[in-house]
Amino acid sequence: MPKWTMVQAINQALALELEQDRRVRIFGEDVGRNGGVFRVTDGLQERFGEDRVFDTPLAEAGIIGVAVGMALYGLRPVAEIQFAGFAHLAFHQVAAQAARLRYRSGGEHHVPLVIRAPFGGGVRTPELHSDSVEAFYAHAEGIKVVIPSGPYEAKGLLHAAIQDPDPVFFLEHMKLYRSLREEVPEERYTIPLMEARVVQPGNDLTAIAYGALLHTTLAAARQVEKEDGVSIEVIDLRTVHPLDEETVVASVNRTGRALVVHEDSRAASIAAEVIAVINERALYALLKPVRRVTCPDTPFPLPAVEDVIVPHQERIVRALRETLEP
Amino acid sequence: MAYPFPTEIHRVVDPEGNLVGDPPELSPEQHRKLYYWMVFGRMWSERMVALQRQGRMGTFAPHVGQEAQAGIASPLRQDDWLLGTYRECIAYFVKGLSPLAPMATHRGYFSRGYTRELGLVPLQIVIGNQMLHAVGVAMAMQYEGTDRVAVGVCGDGATSQGDFHEALNFAAVFQAPFIAVVQNNQYAISVPRQRQAAVEYLAYRGPAFGIPGYIVDGNDVLAVHKVVQECVERARAGEGPSLVELLTYRMGAHTTADDPTKYRSDEEVAHWQARDPIKRYRIFLLRQEILSNEEDEALHEQATADLQRCVEEFEAMPPPRPEEIFEHVFETPPPNLLRQRDEILGTP
Repeated sequence: MPKWTMVQAINQALALELEQDRRVRIFGEDVGRNGGVFRVTDGLQERFGEDRVFDTPLAEAGIIGVAVGMALYGLRPVAEIQFAGFAHLAFHQVAAQAARLRYRSGGEHHVPLVIRAPFGGGVRTPELHSDSVEAFYAHAEGIKVVIPSGPYEAKGLLHAAIQDPDPVFFLEHMKLYRSLREEVPEERYTIPLMEARVVQPGNDLTAIAYGALLHTTLAAARQVEKEDGVSIEVIDLRTVHPLDEETVVASVNRTGRALVVHEDSRAASIAAEVIAVINERALYALLKPVRRVTCPDTPFPLPAVEDVIVPHQERIVRALRETLEP
Repeated sequence: MAYPFPTEIHRVVDPEGNLVGDPPELSPEQHRKLYYWMVFGRMWSERMVALQRQGRMGTFAPHVGQEAQAGIASPLRQDDWLLGTYRECIAYFVKGLSPLAPMATHRGYFSRGYTRELGLVPLQIVIGNQMLHAVGVAMAMQYEGTDRVAVGVCGDGATSQGDFHEALNFAAVFQAPFIAVVQNNQYAISVPRQRQAAVEYLAYRGPAFGIPGYIVDGNDVLAVHKVVQECVERARAGEGPSLVELLTYRMGAHTTADDPTKYRSDEEVAHWQARDPIKRYRIFLLRQEILSNEEDEALHEQATADLQRCVEEFEAMPPPRPEEIFEHVFETPPPNLLRQRDEILGTP
């Protein structure tokens, strides 16, 4: 099996969708001739033509707004927002339109739209390029928010997202684009949305993460396991909204301890929701308070100081140990 | 593309009912259908306000004075799409929407009946957003190689929104079979047209994007039909989008929650009263002997009876089931939503 980066895996998924479903069209800023600023759509316009893969004017609301129209009509648009932080300019088209048209029409219309956007810190981008935006969209009821943690996951989840009858915000952590390679089947496969994955089983604590920080969390968990002789279950949420509550609750009910890790800021975040679910459904199993390792409630810092606040292995190790204390 | 600023105000019938331009080619039956929906539309709007005052209807935006909007939809085929707002109900009726559908919408029920088969999307609430959807629909039609067109309708206030400008720009860049229609009724609630834009006519926005702009007497249904028809033909032939500005006036309040006497004068209202779209079309139809006085009376009786039946059916319409609150968020409700449903409605 070939070993691919996440960029290659997503490119392959998009190519397969373009090949198999004429309703699929890919568009956004620089996705055509240039193949995307991260090369995610590299070669696709050349291979499938300008009808299928094309550049648009530089206007985020325009990109999402016309994508909503295409989806209403029956196509399967895959719109790219160049950086997730710029999707703020299209927030109304996502939250007030894409997410709600099924509801407004009592189920007569639906919007099978995928919005792809890179995000995430650690790559020294200018302001707003790095911001985590998942919590905004988690609150726009009617849209699923998916964040893959690597090449294999990205391909399977993207296939599922494109064929989903409802809108999906697909957030790709920039640090994952090329930092790891995984074996990825060349053929089409899907990973179901709204299902978390137990990445490694364990008995003493449940560590919940997603995106790039899944890997930092895994490394931290393995360090603590090795040094302290404990066993830690690690869960990749994959779809951060709607949450797969069952997998989280079942795990915490068994381990009695939990830690939630993400790069987004803390208040009103995905971690807040995960902990609320644990409180509602697994409180009596808890031996210690559930903690969060996140960015603080500041704007995402400028590149020179971003390493200070993005959760790193040491911080996660410390939080794991505190939660594991008797 | 370079188009000049439009100078002509397209008009076929003047406010006194005199023929002042070439009328569009319409059969007597098509004329009567247009006239019927204008007459019915006015009665329906007045009834909606009455129902709201009686507590039997939610907030409603009356469209009295803007009945010539019927001409936006009359040049369209069923497989064309029309995306408008709460002020476009008559155009929607002409496109095939049952008047019961917006009655349900305004009572706070789900907006059903605005189907893909009719080429309709529920009435847009967020000002201007639908213009981009209409361009997306048009781009999809173009992609599929059909000769269908998509019409987006908005008001004068919406032309200040970014979405309006982005829609015109996308449509122009992709030469989408799209027609933007602005019902310039002179007010965005209380804010006058002059506060929306410094240009003399909103149709000037078209040439700025490389799109022809048309200024139309928006109280002259034949002029509206004729100009939209021309734009539709251009779009079908692959000749790109157009922008049409209809100069009209909202005779009533913005909605049942608004008092227009706070922001406009009696003189201004009287000025537009004399330009009534139904009255002038009626004079034209009588003079051209497309309609007799007796037929006019019969048509009014028909509209009254149709409206009465509508109201009766509306009264009998059951409210949405509480379960439906949870059924239309996603195609398949996720487990946590089902748990929330059971928590609120009780475990089934």
